[in-house]
Amino acid sequence: MSLLQHLPILPIAVPALAAPITLLLMRRHPAWATGVSFVSGFVMLACALALLRLAGDGQIHVYALGEWIAPFGIVLVADRLAAIMLLLAASLSLIALLHAVVTGADRKGWHFHPLFQFQMMGLNGAFLTGDLFNLFVFFEVLLIASYGLLLHGQGSPRLKAGVQYVVVNLVGSSLFLIALGLLYALTGTLNMADMGLRVAEIAPADQGLLRIAALLLASVFAIKAAVVPLHLWLPRTYDVATPAVAALFAIMTKVGVYSLIRVVPQVFGEGAGAAAWAPAPFLWPAALITAAVGFAGVFAARSLSEQAAYAVIGSTGTLLIAVAGWQQATLAAALYYLVHSTLAGAALFLVADVIARRRGGANDNTAPASDFADRQWTGLMFMAAAVAASGLPPLSGFIGKLLILQSATALPDWGWAWGVILVTTLVGVIGFARAGSAVFWKAAAHGGATPPAPAPRADLAAPLIALALLAALSAGAGWASAYAGAAAGEVLDPAVAARAVLGERAP
Amino acid sequence: MMSYEFLVASAIGVLVAGGIYLTLRARTFQVVLGLTLFSYAVNLFLFASGRLVLDRPPIWEKGVTQYTDPLPQALVLTAIVITFGMTAFVVILALRSYLETGSDHVDGEKVPCSGDELSAGKGE
Repeated sequence: MSLLQHLPILPIAVPALAAPITLLLMRRHPAWATGVSFVSGFVMLACALALLRLAGDGQIHVYALGEWIAPFGIVLVADRLAAIMLLLAASLSLIALLHAVVTGADRKGWHFHPLFQFQMMGLNGAFLTGDLFNLFVFFEVLLIASYGLLLHGQGSPRLKAGVQYVVVNLVGSSLFLIALGLLYALTGTLNMADMGLRVAEIAPADQGLLRIAALLLASVFAIKAAVVPLHLWLPRTYDVATPAVAALFAIMTKVGVYSLIRVVPQVFGEGAGAAAWAPAPFLWPAALITAAVGFAGVFAARSLSEQAAYAVIGSTGTLLIAVAGWQQATLAAALYYLVHSTLAGAALFLVADVIARRRGGANDNTAPASDFADRQWTGLMFMAAAVAASGLPPLSGFIGKLLILQSATALPDWGWAWGVILVTTLVGVIGFARAGSAVFWKAAAHGGATPPAPAPRADLAAPLIALALLAALSAGAGWASAYAGAAAGEVLDPAVAARAVLGERAP
Repeated sequence: MMSYEFLVASAIGVLVAGGIYLTLRARTFQVVLGLTLFSYAVNLFLFASGRLVLDRPPIWEKGVTQYTDPLPQALVLTAIVITFGMTAFVVILALRSYLETGSDHVDGEKVPCSGDELSAGKGE
């Protein structure tokens, strides 16, 4: 077999191999470990680009692990959606890694690089797998690594937030297992494509159980996506995490959204009888409230990193408003906005860190403090990140929100979507403007702590790359939204995926 | 005569009830115990998802019509391993959090234990 045929496994295998190597190298040769981490990141990026190109021809590439055919073995499914997510994860990981290395955050403990690689392995695996139990396992891999990354750097605030984060996610994992048990008992399979075919044959008496399984599974994904009312773990966790880690965590909530997009149409789509689209009626109001709560938090936040955390919640809400429509146009807009909002959230966390490093004792509080180095440059970067996160032109947030508003007109309750998205955008703009003017324009009446002496500007690189990617996403919006549209079409047509995964066993 | 199904179902129910109650408590030790009970219930539930059958071989061979599904057992094994690791992690995390913040409250707040309340003479 050629290397090309093994391409889908590489995004999982490369970080899995890199993690132990960095673990061994970290003690004696930390520079080498950093190098291995970067090489792994670039290989993942190359694989993601290759898969993006490969999946672009509309063919779904299925990789049967150990040649065990589906539905008996575990398969990896590389379609357009998976390729988009892989590319996003790889780009974000390189940005976060660069920031961690430049700011020295990776030297605060021994295990940053191995945990980082395992985190990437879990993320990539979750995006690629075509098996529901395997999705659970990769969720666990990425969660266990994220527990370690969250606690990286130690300190009592991180431990406090860590306990809550771990407990919430352990409960989520238990619910995931209950849903899996129900689905296996009902359908006798764990392969998502196979399950999607078998739900149609479930006896009417068991339809209620299938509905429960659908709602439990949706709740688990909602916990990961931090959908109101399951969002309370997020602000504190992301606020206290090391900024480079928080930037990487911007994709963690999107894993929940991705799982919803992947599982609901395939398993609980049209053919599922009484359980067809069961999570949709709950997801719609929850998404509207999430957007409102998130941007209200942006308005009320007391520090820039807390503001970034609420912006992540708000953007997830906006994203889910589009997802909850379950139409090709809305889903295409959602996928474009998903990529944008992940990068914008990461940019906000990184800019907040860059500012906090220059302000010394004042940290990133949205309170006036004494003058600090690079005020103009960091101010401009904050403005760009805020423009992106709130969805103003010219960055991609504007295009994303425009696509969502345009596609939402086909929905019956489109008035709510328009109202909430437009009002939350305004609230977000005011919130960011308020924080920005307090940090950059107002000088403290009393001296306060003197800011540290001007440091090298290398730490500006990572947030600048994130902002450049956002600019590129808006420059290439035509191509990107066309690709997202094709990906949405694939997701909403589970029969094609079933034929690709199951071969001649599919009807 | 109690049926096998009733026994397993009620055991899962009692474990879930106890697990939820303890998980909602304010102190980390009780939360850890609650999560453990909850995971026991989940493991039993997964095991039962392959249907409850008695005295059957787990592996299919030619000519055998009655067999028990081996897949849930593999799933339970995976779940047990993950839960075991997570329980060990959360115990250490709770301990570190207690030693570092001086509080075993899940919110990290300094709330006196019920015994302290009595001795200090300020109940709620």
